[in-house]
Amino acid sequence: MLDVLIVDDSAAIRKILQRVLRQTGIPIGNIVEAGDGREALEALKTQTVGLALLDINMPNMDGLELLGHLKANETWAHLPVIMVSTEGSQAKVLDAVKMGASGYVRKPFNSDQIKEKLAEIL
Amino acid sequence: MYKSGHLNGMTDTQEKGAISKADIVAAIIASTREVFSTMLSMEVTWQEIHLQQTIAALPASGIISLIGLTGPWAGTGSISCNAEFACTLSAKMLMGACPEVNEEVLDAIAEITNMIIGNVKTVLEQKVGDMGLSTPTVIFGLNFQIRSAQTHEWTGVRFTSGGQEMCVLVCLDPATPKNHRTGFQFPQLLSA
Repeated sequence: MLDVLIVDDSAAIRKILQRVLRQTGIPIGNIVEAGDGREALEALKTQTVGLALLDINMPNMDGLELLGHLKANETWAHLPVIMVSTEGSQAKVLDAVKMGASGYVRKPFNSDQIKEKLAEIL
Repeated sequence: MYKSGHLNGMTDTQEKGAISKADIVAAIIASTREVFSTMLSMEVTWQEIHLQQTIAALPASGIISLIGLTGPWAGTGSISCNAEFACTLSAKMLMGACPEVNEEVLDAIAEITNMIIGNVKTVLEQKVGDMGLSTPTVIFGLNFQIRSAQTHEWTGVRFTSGGQEMCVLVCLDPATPKNHRTGFQFPQLLSA
């Protein structure tokens, strides 16, 4: 079973991503939700996940800063991370990839785009 | 006069590094259509709103969502609709019933604003370089009017779907030492 971390300041997007994940056919276990990077780091102190979906623009700690923390941490350095964001500029996508993101899905997204990205990575 | 149902082409002669009203209108239409078709499974028709009609185009009450744009051009993006349409949009997005405006509806409208104006920003960045986007603020209320502290010129498009309307407005100006702030250009909200 794959446990997944979803980090987005929008509860609506977290709900949609949960639904999409459950429909992929991949056996999904626990889904850990966080509203920003700080909450995510706090949650990861007590929970283990095998995949992370991160928004970029969030209060307190944005997705790129969270990605940097994850990649700098021995425990999480190899965690597959997909950025899911409205930030569609090539510079932002390149930043995320350089920092170690495994994939990038631009909002608005459909379920097929998420499924395809998961198939590429997992 | 309205320019209905088609995209305004970008002007060929505009100054490099500048954003025209046609650019903003084209970006609003493309972005809104994409969000509606991809996330809401809804089709929309649209009408460009002329400046003098912009404020009148806003609903007298309902939901208004505001998001700040910063960078070489700075200003505000706004989405507004009545409460009924906000509930319809939220229900479509979340695939569940939303009978009244609640936290879930406000959150869904905030995210729709983030996606529409965020993608407008991405298009406009190709002309002027990197811009920043704040987190949206959503207000549910009565008899509101909006104005930006920076500019009174709003460019807007009214979208219709299933007989209900939503307005997407953007005001943007080149940043100057006077108006260029590193943070969110928070608009003023006036209640009548």
